Amino acid sequence: MSLDIRRSSASVWGSASGMRTAQVVSKYIDTTTCIGCKACEVACQEWNDLGPVATEQVGTYQTLPTLHAEFWNLIRFNERDFDGGLAWLMRKDQCMHCDEPGCLAACPAPGAIVQYANGIVDVNPDQCIGCKYCETGCPFDVPRFSATTGKMAKCTLCVDRVSVGLEPACIKACPTGCLHFGTKQDMLELAKGRVQQLKGNGFAQAAVYDPQGVHGTSVITVLAHGDHPEYYDLPVDPHVPWGVKLWKTIVRPLGAIAIFGAVIGAFGHYMNHGRKGVKGADAHDANLPDA
Amino acid sequence: MASLAATFGRGAMTNGWVDIKNADVILAMGGNPAENHPCGFKWFIEAKKTRGAKLVAVDPRFTRTAAVADLYSPIRAGSDIAYLLGIIRYAIETGRFHKEYVQLFTNGPYLIGEKYGFDDGLFTGFDDATKTYDKTNWGYEADPKTKAYAVDKTMENPRCVFQLLKKHVERYTPETVARICGTPKETFLKVCEIVTSTGNAQRCGTITYALGWTQHSTGVQIIRAAAMLQLLLGNVGRPGGGVNAFRGHSNIQGATDMAGTFEILPGYLKTPAGPQQTLKDYLEAATPTTLNKQAWASMNYWQNYPKFMASLLKATYGKNATKDNEFGYAWLPKVDGNYSWMYIYDDMYRGSSKRLGADEPAPEGLITFGMNPMGIGPNVPKMVNALSKLKWLVVGENYEIETATFWKAPKEYGGPDPSKIPTEVFQLPASGFAEKDGTFTNSARWLQWKWKAVDPPGNAKTDQEILARIFLAVRDLYKKEGGALPEQVLNVTWSYSNPAAPDLGEVLKEINGKALVDIPDPKDKTKMIRTAGQQLENFGQLQDDGSTACGNWLHLGVYTEAGNNAQRRSTADPTGLGMYPNWTFSWPANRRIMYNRASADAEGKAWDPTRPGIVWNGEKWVGDVPDIKPDSPPGEYGAFIMNAEGVGRLFAAALNDGPFPEHYEAVEAIIQNPLHPKVTSNPATKKFSSDKDVYGKPDQFPLVCTTYRLTEHYHYWTKHTEVLNQLQPGFFVEIPEAYAQKQGIANGSKVRVTSARGSIEGVAMVTKRLRPLQVDGKELIQIGFPIHWGYSAGDTGHTGPLANFLTPSAMDPNTWTPEFKTFLVKLEKA
Repeated sequence: MSLDIRRSSASVWGSASGMRTAQVVSKYIDTTTCIGCKACEVACQEWNDLGPVATEQVGTYQTLPTLHAEFWNLIRFNERDFDGGLAWLMRKDQCMHCDEPGCLAACPAPGAIVQYANGIVDVNPDQCIGCKYCETGCPFDVPRFSATTGKMAKCTLCVDRVSVGLEPACIKACPTGCLHFGTKQDMLELAKGRVQQLKGNGFAQAAVYDPQGVHGTSVITVLAHGDHPEYYDLPVDPHVPWGVKLWKTIVRPLGAIAIFGAVIGAFGHYMNHGRKGVKGADAHDANLPDA
Repeated sequence: MASLAATFGRGAMTNGWVDIKNADVILAMGGNPAENHPCGFKWFIEAKKTRGAKLVAVDPRFTRTAAVADLYSPIRAGSDIAYLLGIIRYAIETGRFHKEYVQLFTNGPYLIGEKYGFDDGLFTGFDDATKTYDKTNWGYEADPKTKAYAVDKTMENPRCVFQLLKKHVERYTPETVARICGTPKETFLKVCEIVTSTGNAQRCGTITYALGWTQHSTGVQIIRAAAMLQLLLGNVGRPGGGVNAFRGHSNIQGATDMAGTFEILPGYLKTPAGPQQTLKDYLEAATPTTLNKQAWASMNYWQNYPKFMASLLKATYGKNATKDNEFGYAWLPKVDGNYSWMYIYDDMYRGSSKRLGADEPAPEGLITFGMNPMGIGPNVPKMVNALSKLKWLVVGENYEIETATFWKAPKEYGGPDPSKIPTEVFQLPASGFAEKDGTFTNSARWLQWKWKAVDPPGNAKTDQEILARIFLAVRDLYKKEGGALPEQVLNVTWSYSNPAAPDLGEVLKEINGKALVDIPDPKDKTKMIRTAGQQLENFGQLQDDGSTACGNWLHLGVYTEAGNNAQRRSTADPTGLGMYPNWTFSWPANRRIMYNRASADAEGKAWDPTRPGIVWNGEKWVGDVPDIKPDSPPGEYGAFIMNAEGVGRLFAAALNDGPFPEHYEAVEAIIQNPLHPKVTSNPATKKFSSDKDVYGKPDQFPLVCTTYRLTEHYHYWTKHTEVLNQLQPGFFVEIPEAYAQKQGIANGSKVRVTSARGSIEGVAMVTKRLRPLQVDGKELIQIGFPIHWGYSAGDTGHTGPLANFLTPSAMDPNTWTPEFKTFLVKLEKA
């Protein structure tokens, strides 16, 4: 089954047929009930045929220092003192599937990074040129270059599973139910309920991490210490770097406009899809079914 | 499970995994369920999310469980009894216990005989020469007139159990607990408050534990203290309550049920002892009688023992078992001493079985399946030398484990030169769990059928085929050559469709048992409850005259005429409490919560109507499968039908080291016992005396060390699995940050840990999760490391030291479980 594309790297717009609408999906991660068992790490590798990666014990329960081209899902372990108590924080790290994906914005290869209508941000290896620009565009330090394939690699939010109605592999493997999957709206509801519960349980600063600097993400995270995302190795206020934005919003569209064929294409698209008009040359808001 | 059996009557998890979701309070102590039982742990989370349950984690380390707990309390490894008796004291002092429950369902009101006493660390009846107690000193007082148990329902008589308990625990003040356990007093009091909040009809809490309690020289008494606390709080038999023992392996419960240890036969029947030469003698010794005949009397279910035993013998010897030959009882081996595995390896090492009345040569051969003695036993240097004395060794395994390659053990383990080892080793490739059908019996006593996923690779065979072929070959030898007592082997029944590889469905059917002749209904002799050849339905149908065969009375009901009930997978939940009565089969009798009579009050109404276990509807008990005669009205029988008194035991005379728990230091004691310095460690503990059995002192080994397992690995197997190796690639030593800084030990650097047995090297994991404790006025440092590594890791290269190189051969005197959880070491930079 093919998925409608909302945005595509180095392209003016996506390729939505407009024939159906897709709801934005999201993972839900409740760090307060995660026990760091790493079942999601293994499920991710097994489903995606990755690894294993050579690791060594360097004094931590954490499998690797950071994500890896063969390891897209990593539980980050942090020991933190707070208010005289101790917290051993475990947070599932993977691609956050930003609503405004910095990787996609930074990518110069047409169609190498796409954002589907359901919010999933994916790398298309056929188009990827391995330039690593997406690394610089990502405020979460997620995409990794694979020396084996010469391409970039990251969590796909199991787009192959999701597109046929299954939950991502990591979600399926989670034994405690700290991971859920569904529409972004439902997951936000779930998260808000849990945060209320945590507040009643002594965590006054509990919060949902759904950073608005990137217009929210398709991975929302419940944090007991919501005022300190950095405790969990999360950026406090992530944004797409201004340099990437500049390239995306000004420099590249100028080049694009210069390409006559693209203009013809835009016109053709307009003719085909009627009112889903292009609001300017940027693909940002173009061609969106009501998500 | 000795302590749960001694307290409640059966040695298994009282409730079940799913039932944990019904708890208001969960005390996770002596175990790290998030780490070791991550799938079952979902029910902890469920309780937290749906009921707002409070999870309290008490552990020497801030664990994965502590990470999601509502309250974490540090504790010094091995001081759990002081902690639990401190909570009991708090409950009694503050009145935060369920008095009505205690009066109805426990032996709190029972009077104890004058011979019982406790003074300066010793109970009455201790013989210093043999280091054993004469338990007859701890008997109940009989009423001189009625000859029944003497009872004071008000529980004010100074000789009643409740008052004796109150007196016994009065020493365990919060200050004393803090001094012994190193737990800050405020934290301890917070724990007391949360835990005792369930000491009433409205609320209910559970206690969960695992090997963190079992593996101590006081292990059984630690669990006893927890079981007593739960009786006092009225939490046993109720949904959301119980003492939930989590087993260390996927099928350990099944192994224990089927006679996994030497002292029991299937269904926890007793192994015959030397003097019991006839079935009559044996049954007289094994079948309990009760003094309790009045209201709330005991059903004394063990009075059916002769039926269980006769049916087991019929299942074992078939037609060869007749009334005239006492169903072949004479062919059963009789034990003349302690043959638990630690003793077997000690015999092997010493070259003799002469001890405790036994007089046999040492074993010359060993067959080991599903067990890796080199890894799992304490004091590896002794183990490697013990195995080196064997003539032959057969290992059935799916990996080349350390035991199969014991002769290749690295030099530092102290084994002999391989050229001097006479042992011939046979490794039989065995199939793994996914390569065969069969059942797993989980901690919740569910016999769950699993289906083979893939064929075993190469020449690997299933365990039952390997064992069957050995059996048939040995039987042929006896047929041809005779030998000592050949009947013992020749008379065993072996009626499987494929004798060389029995189908496990057939075996399960045999375990369940069947009627051998028509069994008439005792109420109406013209009717038959079973006809010859029919599968039995429940253990009420068992007979003592040889007309029924049953391989394990406790499992009866698993394979009836309806089929293999272990294969049932219905998620129907009529009670809404997660009992799932048609999901597999739960022993006993498909009952999901044991002792559930105690979930209802004297009139048979649920203590908490939102969480009924069973309730009396005027005619019968409804809800879960009742743990009492189904049509017996409230007041007729007591709630603990397996105990001869019919009540749960706050005071239990059955254990080898005291009727009440008492705080003792580990065998390798870091301090003198603050309560009674003359009796520091458990006086009844078992140690060995060979030259390899050495024990350390704190002047040389000033740190307390403990061992544990990790989520990422399964025992000593998964170091052969690359996917899991990447998650936890190697051996490490967890060291408190404050101590590491003082010693100049950097995270990730190499350290050396040394005990009186040996010395191992690993990567330092410097952590805030272990903190120095103030114990008995001094700073105390605890470190720890996981098991899981060894020198045999196939081609993966993920070898590491065997954790048990360092652990001592000291044991609990009831179960002979080694003390892996507390021993003394020193730590240096490597």
